[in-house]
Parts: sequence; structure tokens; C-alpha cells
Amino acid sequence: MNIARPSLAVYLMANEAAPELAEAAVRGGATVIELGIPYSDPLADGTTIQRAAQAALDAGITPTRALELLAEIHRRVNVPLVPMTYGAIVEGYGEEAFCRDAAAAGAEGLIVADIPPEESGRLRAAAEAVKIDLIHLVAPTSRPERIRAAASASRGFVYLVAAVGVTGARENLDSRVAELLTTTRAAAGDTPILGGFGVSTREHVAGLIAAGTDGAIVGSAAIDAIDTGGAEALEALVRDLAAGLTV
Amino acid sequence: MSNTGQRNEGLPADAYPPDELGRFGAFGGRFVPETVMAALDELEIAMNEAFADPAFHAERAEMARDFIGRPTPLYLAARLTEDVGGARIWLKREDLAHTGAHKINNALGQALIAKRLGKQRIVAETGAGQHGVAAATVCARFGLQAVIYMGEEDMRRQRPNVVRMHFLGAEVIPVTNGAGTLKDALNDAIRDWITNVETTHYMIGTAAGMHPYPYLVRRLQAVIGEESRVQMLERTGQLPDAVVACVGGGSNAIGIFHPFRDDPVRLIGVEAGGDGGALHARTLSGGRVSILHGSRSYVLCDDDGQVLETHSISAGLDYPGVGPEHAALLTSGRAEYVGVSDEEALVAFDRLCRLEGIIPALETSHALVTAERLAKELGPDANILVGLSGRGDKDVDQIAERRAKA
Repeated sequence: MNIARPSLAVYLMANEAAPELAEAAVRGGATVIELGIPYSDPLADGTTIQRAAQAALDAGITPTRALELLAEIHRRVNVPLVPMTYGAIVEGYGEEAFCRDAAAAGAEGLIVADIPPEESGRLRAAAEAVKIDLIHLVAPTSRPERIRAAASASRGFVYLVAAVGVTGARENLDSRVAELLTTTRAAAGDTPILGGFGVSTREHVAGLIAAGTDGAIVGSAAIDAIDTGGAEALEALVRDLAAGLTV
Repeated sequence: MSNTGQRNEGLPADAYPPDELGRFGAFGGRFVPETVMAALDELEIAMNEAFADPAFHAERAEMARDFIGRPTPLYLAARLTEDVGGARIWLKREDLAHTGAHKINNALGQALIAKRLGKQRIVAETGAGQHGVAAATVCARFGLQAVIYMGEEDMRRQRPNVVRMHFLGAEVIPVTNGAGTLKDALNDAIRDWITNVETTHYMIGTAAGMHPYPYLVRRLQAVIGEESRVQMLERTGQLPDAVVACVGGGSNAIGIFHPFRDDPVRLIGVEAGGDGGALHARTLSGGRVSILHGSRSYVLCDDDGQVLETHSISAGLDYPGVGPEHAALLTSGRAEYVGVSDEEALVAFDRLCRLEGIIPALETSHALVTAERLAKELGPDANILVGLSGRGDKDVDQIAERRAKA
């Protein structure tokens, strides 16, 4: 997967509106689309994404339907697509079948929030077999050896958690991002690094770029915008955040 | 089968440890967001240091004796035995431990470890409220801040324990996600911990969750089985033929089973059969292997991996997951797991109240059903040890309300 540098990844929950929303996000300047496949017990997520996941489940979005929606997004936009979900969903589907079907739907990367590098052997093999990049997370609390393991195992990009906690829009990102980035960069080599968790303003994006990342990931703030004003509000938010990439 | 055993405490609490990835056979591990990985490493180190430190054991033993009231008695339920007409039924009286359940054994040990970690804030989940009360109790005793997550439905049906937690100075946070039961309380407690991981210790209440919790909780609860084994040998001169305990997440069961693991003793876990049909919480007998709350184990989930709503009259058993070591014991055939319905548990509840003058918790009442059945099967020469995991004071409103409706 080759992502633009700098890049703005936008997370959307898989639901029937997702293809239209993905188009809006890309019009606003999104260069990567992450598609959340809803799980009943998303431990890494704050209330915004929990609610979106529950609404999607209530609307009958299964992993199979989510991959069909991914395929529809793939037909409509020309940016790398990255499904994001939890281990129970991927294992329930079967790692090999999931990666095969995700690749067929147009996925180029995959994020599984609760499968750490040391438990990802089977998943990595399944992903590599169909040329899907497995993306790991590094956090401000991660010790250097874990950062090195996660960053060097990541393909496509490294997901740098810019705030301690679950996902959700925040006022401030973690002050240790710069330090985390230095360690991550040393291990990631040429693999891009995107910062996420808590990103909700143009200033956050600009701050991540200034710190030396290759871009930002916006999730909860995008979902909040959709809840407030649909595709139009999403496009406006993404356009505003994307302006932070180049200041 | 009658067995002559040696006068010792049985298998050490740390025997059969998980592997370096925290797995018991194919189960366990750490399936959690990266943010808490460092805290789990830190906890594992603190656990190992504590168990290697005589001062930790001394403080734990002193508090177990003077604060919890250990050892708890082993009681021959003579009238119940006579009424059932079979094997002798022995009750390990964890209901007589301070706060009224076995949960305090774990809470005390984790509080001592939290102090070693320098963490002043404790988050915990609770279903029946027994772990919440235990956590609030040790926090009061050691001057720690207690934040307890409890499902709204559970707060309603186990109200006496909510009041107790408030008296003990704990903050009780209602959880409205999902069905408002134990699973949802765990989710929110873990999310709080992920957010405040640098200042907060997560005091899980059961032998489930991510490594090292299942191993830590087993080590802290093994005291139940250690004492029982010595007491059974003293009283009967032999090991029991079977050990029976209820299983929600599985802490009281693993605690009483573990010291008997290498003995020729049947180990039987009893899960909540709910209405006896489709609505239940029989994770081991009705679930499939998946990931929940950071560990691989049996989970009640659909084909996609989505976790299902469970049902049990007992809030403490109303959980779609189970500790990974139980999954391993099931797979290896070392332990057996059966289900008992709400109605059956209520019958056993009544029988123990009226024949023995002991009001058991609804959770524990499930184990009594299986013990009574087994007593008939094994006949009068056998001995059955039952983990009487908790007292039923918390359940009186709920049972009275149910009977008023009937």
C-alpha cells in the first residue's frame, strides 16, 4: 500500500451510507479510508464509535455486508482502503477467508485493534498471502522494545496513538508524541507514520505534521460531524483538517 | 472412589503457570489495545516480585486471618445430606469471609500489589456486587480511591450491594450499554483503565481477562482449595470424591479446584442454565472459542463473533465469557462443566435455607443443585466438597420480588 505523504485517513463505520460518505471524505481531502467493521464489544473505542458500531449492528451490518460495502467504496473512490476491526470478528470469519475477501473487495491494509504483534502470526501470514498490509499500533505508554517490534512489523503505515485512552475527540493530544515518534521513526524506516486517537482539529493535524508524522487519522470527530450534518458536514470537517497537513 | 491423600495443601498455587504469552494451552493471552500492554507487563513483574517477597505473604496472611477471618470453616451439611440421601455434602464456607463472599481474597491480594505499584486509584467491575463490595472494602482499608462499574440492571437487582459500596466510600458508575450486566461493566472498567492506565490499577474480580489476571486471580483464590484440602483430610481422612463450584468468570471454581488438580478427584463447574432453554449463560457448554475482554476462551457469541446477550437469575453468573484456564481444563478433560437452570437453583436455595440455616447466594445455589444430584449418584460412602462461594443477603429482594409476581 502506498499512501500519500502527507496523508489524512478518515475512519467511517460500515453502514449503508458509508459509500456516499467515503466519496464526501475524499472530496474533502481524505487520502485513506478506514472502514470500521462493527463489533459488539469494542474495548479500544470511546462512546462515539461504540454508538456508531451498535447502530450498525442494529441495522444488520454483518462482516460480510461490511466487506460488500468496502467493495462499493472501492468502486467509487481511488484511495487506499483499510478495514479496521477486532480479533473476534476476524477469527469468527476465519483469518484466511477474511483477508481473501477483504482483498477481493479492495482492501490494501488491515488494522485489528486488539491483536498485538506477538499474537499476529497467523493473521500476518493470511494478510501477506493476499498482499494486505497489516498495520500495528504504538502508544505513548509503549516501551521502546514494543515500539520497535510494532513499527518494524507494520506495513503500509504505522498507527501512532497520539493520546492515552480509548478513541474519541479530545482537546489535547499527548505531550509525549514527539518522543514516541522518534523511537517509532527509527524502527519504521521508510514506512509512513500516521497519528490518531483524539484528532479533531486542524491544529491537531498541524501539530502531528510539525512533530514529524506523515499525517493524521480522524475517527470520532468524523462520526460526530456525520451525526450532526451528514456528508456535507463530513466533507467540510475533512477539508478543514486537511488544511492542517500543509501549514 | 475414595482416596487416601497426604496431609498437605495440595498443588502449589503457582503450579501449571501459563506460557510466556500468558496462555493455558490454547487459551488466554493478551488481546488488548497497545496502550495497556506496558501496564500488563508492569503488573506481571509486580506480581512475581510480590509472590517472591516474604513481606507480601506475611501481610496477606495477617490480613487474611484478622480482617477476612480465614481459614473459613468446612461444614458438614448433615441435614441436607440426610434429605438428599446420598454422599456427604461438605460446604467450604466462603460466605463467612468478610464481606460475604470469596471475592475478598482476590481484592486483598490485588490491593497489596496496587500499593507496590504505587497506584492510588482502583477501577473494578462488578456483577452481583460482591466483587464491588470487596474492592470498595480493601480500598477503604488501604486508603485507595475506588471506582466501581456496575450494569444498571445489576444495580437494580443487587441493590443492597450498591448501598454497601456507597457506605464504603466507593463511587459506583452505572453502565447502560448492552443489557447493563457484567459484560458491559467489564467493558467500561477496562476503558476507564485504558484512559487512566498510568495512575490506575484495574482490579478485575474474576479469573478471566488478559494475562496475567487469570493466573494472578487463581493464585490469590487458591487459598480456598488449599484450606479445603487440609480440612477434608483432617475431618474425613481422605480427599473428597468430587469438588463442585459455580462458574461465571470462574474465580471461586479455579480457586477451589486448583489444589486438587493432580489428585484423583472429580472437578465439576456449574454454569447458569437460565430458563433451561435458549436463554442462558452456559459459556463452556454452549459457547465457541473466541476473544473477549482480552483473552481467548469460550465465548457465547454468534457465527460472526458478536457477543450474545446472556441470561441468568444470578448476576454473578450472567456473563458470556469464562476464564481461560477453565477452557483449558474442559478441553483436556480434567474438569467437567454442567448447566443448572434458574428454577433449579431456587429450589436448592430454599433447601439450604430451611435445612441448614444458611442463605446462599444465587450463584452458589447453582453449585448446590449439582452437588445434590451427584450425592444421589455417588451414594453414602462418598464425600462431595462444594464451594459455598457467597451468602445470599444481596439476593433477598430479588427473590421476594420474583415470588410476589408468581
